[in-house]
Amino acid sequence: MAFSKFTGTDNYLVSPELGDSVNVAVALERPLLIRGEPGTGKTVLAEAIGESLVMEVLTWNIKSTSKAQEGLYVYDTVERLNDARFGDRDISDVRRYIKYGPLGRSFLSQERVVLLIDEIDKADLEFPNDLLHELDQMSFTVHETGESHTARQRPVVVITSNNEKELPDAFLRRCVFHYIAFPGRELMEEIVRVHHPTIEEEMVRQVLLRFYWLRDLPQLRKRPSTSELIDWIAALVRGGIEPETLVTEIPFLGVLLKRERDIEVAERAIAGRAN
Amino acid sequence: MFTDFFFHLRGYGLNVSLTEWLSLMKALATGHSRADLTVFYNLARSLLVKRETDFDLYDRAFASFFRELEDEVHIDEEVMAWLEDPRLPEISKEDLARLEALDFDELRRRFEKTLEEQDERHDGGNRWIGTGGTSPFGHRGTHPSGVRIGGEGGARSAVQVASERRFRNLRSDRILDTRQIGLALRRLRRLARDSGPEELDLDLTIDQSARNGGEIDLVFSPPRRNRIQLLLLMDVGGSMDPHVEVCEQLFSAAHAAQHFKHFEFRFFHNCVYERLYTDISRWKGEPTSEVLARLDPTWSVLFVGDAWMGPWELTRAGGAIDYYHSNSDSGLSWLKRIRERCASSVWLNPEPERIWDAPTIEMIRHLFPMYELTIDGLTEAVDVLRGARPNRPLLVA
Repeated sequence: MAFSKFTGTDNYLVSPELGDSVNVAVALERPLLIRGEPGTGKTVLAEAIGESLVMEVLTWNIKSTSKAQEGLYVYDTVERLNDARFGDRDISDVRRYIKYGPLGRSFLSQERVVLLIDEIDKADLEFPNDLLHELDQMSFTVHETGESHTARQRPVVVITSNNEKELPDAFLRRCVFHYIAFPGRELMEEIVRVHHPTIEEEMVRQVLLRFYWLRDLPQLRKRPSTSELIDWIAALVRGGIEPETLVTEIPFLGVLLKRERDIEVAERAIAGRAN
Repeated sequence: MFTDFFFHLRGYGLNVSLTEWLSLMKALATGHSRADLTVFYNLARSLLVKRETDFDLYDRAFASFFRELEDEVHIDEEVMAWLEDPRLPEISKEDLARLEALDFDELRRRFEKTLEEQDERHDGGNRWIGTGGTSPFGHRGTHPSGVRIGGEGGARSAVQVASERRFRNLRSDRILDTRQIGLALRRLRRLARDSGPEELDLDLTIDQSARNGGEIDLVFSPPRRNRIQLLLLMDVGGSMDPHVEVCEQLFSAAHAAQHFKHFEFRFFHNCVYERLYTDISRWKGEPTSEVLARLDPTWSVLFVGDAWMGPWELTRAGGAIDYYHSNSDSGLSWLKRIRERCASSVWLNPEPERIWDAPTIEMIRHLFPMYELTIDGLTEAVDVLRGARPNRPLLVA
């Protein structure tokens, strides 16, 4: 078996740890469960894997109402009824009314694909358990037609979670788990350069200094994330802010902090530092 | 030896299953560790540890296991040799017996003991982290791709990385933020089908009708609602001042929780007496008896306080701490009244359990089950309130 295939892409930097986790999951054909602070690039990871391993990415966005069954297929009874009453289509073939969901399509695909199950913790507590059998066996049966499908190529399954709910142990045992830690200063510098290749050295230094200072304020309720940092830099560049300005003030604070209380906390801290 | 590592992890309280262990063996057998202990550290973690809150435990277990090996001669070569030619360990009959005989309470106790010892050693100095970079694993410490795993320069061994305990802050026995408290509170629900009027279930109706060949088939079902009614009673001022932040977080999370049938909060100072207050400065309030009269046994009561006071403040009439306040009934008798009215009541204490040695804490623990105000403690308290865990105060000795 060949290893170390996934090492990130030009636009997506991975730590070696994360690269290893991805490769283990791919080789063992286990789902890869990704957790981490918001804005650490959990969702984008699947895209990056797809790009790097040249596979199509199918995304299943989980909502609080999602059911495991929908991922496999939905029998569109309403459309069939409509056709029966008002349409002139042939309704005798039930198969035409079976709509495959992302999970179902990932099994049916001729090529090996990446399946992203995004924010699995949004769904009902029982949801992950309902998926266990399908993810283990990679096969399912369409009850309406009696047809069974088995994955031709076991998809690379990436599951993200924001930890809104505890996931069941039986489910966790089957996954490879990776926690994306918040990037340290060095990795962050690289990330910033990927998004803002032309930015000057001094600006990066000042920006990161301020950013981590802000994140370390203990009273913050919601600490700014990577994506907010990227947006903030864009705002600074467009606003023509000079690096020296950042020594004494933090312009466009609202891009980094979204809660009024956090902004007050930060402003007080900035004023305190200036004195 | 690697089977020992499995038992070592379990001894630290990590609930590693055999399935997970076998996946690790499979990954090793296919060459995933690349004979590198740092890679092994990550690999084993990704397959054996499924919660970031357990990463700190894993780090400590890993560091102690491989530290011990360092003291033995040539053991590093054995590790490397094994990593270069890994074979599935045979789980012997004795090991299987050991596995089945594991008593989890015993494990928990052993783990807690280890935890205490190691916290001391860690704070004490250098016994934990290898000295002077002479670790046999050190030369392998950097990643082959040249990217460093940890912070500053220099080759770092997996043991050193593990010894840093970078995931300390993720442990669930430390309070983190409002959201986590909110999550713990969200578990506080007792869903029940209301006996009230049934509602039309539109989705089921459409589905049924379509399956029925178009004959309309109306489906009704009673709505499900959370029946929990919660009264939050918080101690403010005095010895509670150092805990103001965590109390504030708990308060705002409880206040923001949308899923209670009713939610009320009152403040008190040191102990509950004949008045409860609606503001922190304790100006506005109402008689405790009136609050009690509104409660019925379906309410849950959550106390937050350090329960630390002079014994007279709790047991004597007239013992209240504020000098202008003379209570005719003792604080303890008020607490008893609340407990009798609402058996579903628990006490959260922001002080760590190891310093719960004041006599008043003891007395209050004979009335209410008491938990630490941490994510773990809150989760246990919530389980008591929702009836998933026995509601037992300390037995009187």
